[in-house]
Amino acid sequence: MTLDVLYFAWLRERIGQPRERIETDAATVRDLIADLAARDDWHAAAFADLAAVRCAVDQQLADLDAPLAGAREVAFFPPMTGG
Amino acid sequence: MSARVQTAPFDLAAELAGFGAGAGAIVTFTGVVRDDTGAMAALEIEHYPGMTERALSDYGSEAAIRFALTDWRIVHRHGRLAVGEPIMMVATAARHRHAAFQAADYLMDWLKSRAPFWKREIGHDGAAAWVDAKASDEDALARW
Repeated sequence: MTLDVLYFAWLRERIGQPRERIETDAATVRDLIADLAARDDWHAAAFADLAAVRCAVDQQLADLDAPLAGAREVAFFPPMTGG
Repeated sequence: MSARVQTAPFDLAAELAGFGAGAGAIVTFTGVVRDDTGAMAALEIEHYPGMTERALSDYGSEAAIRFALTDWRIVHRHGRLAVGEPIMMVATAARHRHAAFQAADYLMDWLKSRAPFWKREIGHDGAAAWVDAKASDEDALARW
């Protein structure tokens, strides 16, 4: 499936781009991370510590075991600091 | 009942004109850029366009149900903000003050750790550092 993957804050900086469109067979967010981390050193560095990574699937907060069936957009970012 | 994300400053008095008509209690909270060390010049706030608006709107609607609000408003800025500038505001209107105070507190706890904003501190020397999320903010959310 085709997915738009978005990155924010230091994940964006480590990967070096704010978004990319990829083809993947990942069934869950965790599978997608494994797929992305295997691409190059920048992706690997961004996903080195999963305790520091949060995600959203189609703009809804999701956990790393969330399924990706039917998803179009997945975003990765550090813990949020609003307010 | 509305949520907005913007770079421009907001005018609290203008935001409250006509807000919460008929309510017995209106509570407002304004967050301001603070410098704890004397080394900070500004804050840069990044957000997730699309998701941010949706999340703020969802949290406002949830607060409205939970605390029987008659009105609510969230305005959150992004971009570069100097020390002393307002970052965001929450206003809640209810029949009685207890619900209005509680709803504002609830919304702030959600915005702190579940709204897709990321703060970066910019020093007077130009150095930039991402602000880490605080465990105490996560604990505050857990009490709801």
